[in-house]
Amino acid sequence: MHKARTNPFNTMGMHGALILYTLIALFPVFVILINSFKARKAIFREPLALPDSDSFSLIGYQTVMRQGDFFLYFQNSMIVTVASLFFILLFGAMAAYALAEYRFKGNLLMGLYLALGIMIPIRIGTVAILEMMVATGLVNTLWALILVYTAQGLPLAVFILSEFMRQVSDDLKNAGRIDGLSEYTIFFRLVLPLVRPAMATVAVFNMIPIWNDLWFPLILAPAEKTKTLTLGSQVFIGQFVTDWNAVLSALSMAILPVLILYVIFSRQLIRGITSGAVK
Amino acid sequence: MTALKLTNVNKSFGEVQVLQDINLEVEEGEFVVFVGPSGCGKSTLLRVIAGLEDATSGEVTIDEQVVNQTPPSKRGIAMVFQTYALYPHLNVRGNMSLALKQDKQPKAVIEERVATASRMLNLEPYIDRYPSELSGGQRQRVAIGRAIVREPKLFLFDEPLSNLDAALRMNTRIEIANLHRQLGTSMIYVTHDQTEAMTLADKIVVLRHGQVEQIGSPMELYNNPTNQFVAGFLGSPSMNFFPAGLVHAGDDRTIGVRPENLYLTDDGVLDAEVSHVEQLGADTNVVAQVDDHQITVRLFGQHFIEEGQNLRFGFKPENAYHFDRDGLRLR
Repeated sequence: MHKARTNPFNTMGMHGALILYTLIALFPVFVILINSFKARKAIFREPLALPDSDSFSLIGYQTVMRQGDFFLYFQNSMIVTVASLFFILLFGAMAAYALAEYRFKGNLLMGLYLALGIMIPIRIGTVAILEMMVATGLVNTLWALILVYTAQGLPLAVFILSEFMRQVSDDLKNAGRIDGLSEYTIFFRLVLPLVRPAMATVAVFNMIPIWNDLWFPLILAPAEKTKTLTLGSQVFIGQFVTDWNAVLSALSMAILPVLILYVIFSRQLIRGITSGAVK
Repeated sequence: MTALKLTNVNKSFGEVQVLQDINLEVEEGEFVVFVGPSGCGKSTLLRVIAGLEDATSGEVTIDEQVVNQTPPSKRGIAMVFQTYALYPHLNVRGNMSLALKQDKQPKAVIEERVATASRMLNLEPYIDRYPSELSGGQRQRVAIGRAIVREPKLFLFDEPLSNLDAALRMNTRIEIANLHRQLGTSMIYVTHDQTEAMTLADKIVVLRHGQVEQIGSPMELYNNPTNQFVAGFLGSPSMNFFPAGLVHAGDDRTIGVRPENLYLTDDGVLDAEVSHVEQLGADTNVVAQVDDHQITVRLFGQHFIEEGQNLRFGFKPENAYHFDRDGLRLR
């Protein structure tokens, strides 16, 4: 489409820079992957070599499978991530819609208050959160993590989504009102599908920090039955000895689910049926 | 019977008063056009009638019932929006039938009304298409169809033609006029385009700064404007205004003469230098300077006039309107 501006050198330069960045970004992942298939000695002898018939070993994966309940950890991480994302998107979108759509007293103050959360890291409140969780008996449950992550993700979600909600055509919402749709139907059926790309962005932003978090699982839910994958992998890192095979294998396996979730969300970024609704 | 009655309607957003003391009656079957420059409050007034905005004070009566507290869907109105506002996830049939489904109408009724509306608007070939697969004109017809199926007591149109190109605009305008003849329902139509207002309306309401300037039939407003604003707003090219002092020394009124009422004559009172000429084939528009005042003259037929030429224009006294300093018409 932008034929006039393509210049082969520009294109090459652009692709060169992007490829270089991709290589830099993927290199650590690549090193983890190849080393997870090597014997311990081979990892330290030649960390960058590909596994060959001599050094190839599945010992790391075997250790991971044997020790601890890895599938349970997987499941816990998955439940916590998916449930947190669900609540962040649901409540974030609802709050954003209220802020963008309705004129009420304190609208602006409420928006600023919610945006404050973006600037203050939630970890500052760890002690208070722990006390609350102990008081409510939620320690060592997945709910503790889900609630904390939802709170952590909401400010940014509200901020991004309300910006997008403002762009949804007023005429469309008004047409719905005249046709007798309830405010909930207007929100869920008309507005949400139109801000789906923004929702996907929010989901992707939130997903990886939640999946990778070690802090809150360690403090709020360290019990065996609620351990998340990141916390579960820590058993292989000791003060004196670290089972690198096992750590690398566990990390390799932890990449997969996020990758799948990412693919699901990124497909939503494609805007299809939204065009043609207005104008 | 009155289809709509507005009594002392006021609307303000915080400190800003956008509608001031609007009084209006719309008779059954009447086509009323709200016209005015952008920001005059015409769209806000329409939204107050629709129930999308609440009036700060005053009464809105539709079909003899005060509807200030009635939600839009229960007011017996249907609205067509400038941006069409079709539901992107529904096809043409779905778009048209949604309101009836919400109203729990029986299936047979819904089908029959959708069929009738799509026949009227030639939408039958597109009935299963989605909005994204339709052209601008087709989308606007679907939006009109969505209004028709509800069989409202009052149609509201919010600048429905401004997103269409010129050729389509003319066709759609005729379609809307035909529709009004066929249905005989009262319609309220908002536009900033005075051609649309003149051609469609039974009654025009001219608004400025949230106030009604004048209400009347198109020809009443054209022939008999109450003030300088209405006189200048209707008619194209718009009316010329110049100080009466140019004609009679010492007169401090303003004279208004329509471009078509000025003519070339050797003993004309206006001594003008031509600055620009527009040849339209049937007409010739001449823009000229009289002292510091620009005037436009519409000459019928083709005239070959050069820029920079000096000409004299005259007008008949009965074609001149006089206005005082505040723009009020003096008779």
